[in-house]
Amino acid sequence: MHARADAADTAPMWPDDIFATLQRFDVRQVPYVPDAGHSRLIQRVLASSTMRGIALTTEEEGVALLAGAWAGGQRGVLLMQSSGVGNCINMLSLIPILRFPFLTLVTMRGEWGEFNPWQVPMGSTTQGVFELSGVQVLRASSAAEVPAVLEAAAAQAYNALTPTAVLLSQRLIGAKVFTK
Amino acid sequence: MSKANLLDRRQVVSTLLADRKDVVAIGGLGASTNDMCAAGDHARNFYLWGGMGGAAMIGLGLALAQPELPVLVITGDGEMLMGMGSLATIGLQKPANLSIVVLDNEAYGETGGQTSHTSAAADLVGVARACGITASQAISTMAEVEAFARRVHDVAAGPRFANVKIDNASLERILPTRDGTYIVNRIRGDLGFQPI
Repeated sequence: MHARADAADTAPMWPDDIFATLQRFDVRQVPYVPDAGHSRLIQRVLASSTMRGIALTTEEEGVALLAGAWAGGQRGVLLMQSSGVGNCINMLSLIPILRFPFLTLVTMRGEWGEFNPWQVPMGSTTQGVFELSGVQVLRASSAAEVPAVLEAAAAQAYNALTPTAVLLSQRLIGAKVFTK
Repeated sequence: MSKANLLDRRQVVSTLLADRKDVVAIGGLGASTNDMCAAGDHARNFYLWGGMGGAAMIGLGLALAQPELPVLVITGDGEMLMGMGSLATIGLQKPANLSIVVLDNEAYGETGGQTSHTSAAADLVGVARACGITASQAISTMAEVEAFARRVHDVAAGPRFANVKIDNASLERILPTRDGTYIVNRIRGDLGFQPI
């Protein structure tokens, strides 16, 4: 077995790839509920002069925010963890009704070496919840495929108004390590 | 809790929108969105028929995208209670051009008039202020409504929040369009944005 290609990758660059893609698509509002897997991207957003990072108390706020942003002429992207997807369900009904561009980037828990059983039920149903709610799901499982997946997701979300979620797999992010 | 000085919801909303100029107005799910329509349909009216709890956040997204425009959210106590966390989000962002008015009849009027939390315990003005929306007030007179309506146009001094105690009279329903895509694209068109 080869060593994991990204084993020495203590500061992964894929969040910078995501940031660059979002900038290129003129994304302006970035609502988020913090997650360790999104921490670098959130830092980049909060340091940006063109994007506004908006901390939420619960993820469904972000869906409504993006509807308002679009009515006012701006694109946005919602950053959250898989456990937050369940919090969004009713608010996702705004997307087909109001027909605004919806892109969300979801860091996955409850899969690939998960330690915490409490993450598993929602992590296991995240993709199904999106698909039942009319949101197409793309997945990135390695750093190498992040740029192409993000490009495709942003293009179909913003150009074709196809509601899209990108699941950033726990294999990509690294399973959270719990130590005593 | 005093039940004196309860205002008429339609009179409150028509006063808020009487001299609206550039205002973009968002009506929360329930009677509030009907009140907005009763005051006169307008290209900048964002009528909600669903997404309960989302009105204030739609207002925030619009206010951040259009910082020069006054954005006014008009919603009910039940809808605001469901999205109470959004007051903390707005208190953090402090959009100077966003105003929120809650029409508080202390009841879920659309579902049979069950009492809401504001009838006995919850103080939404206190919540908004504690979340960092310092310009938060209770309104009990039409003179205060008129003064608030003027302040909505000051896009440098918000965010502001008002809780207006209204009577729970059941009024004739004035129903706005239910076509969400039409509603959003009409606002976008009025703001000068082209279809995709």
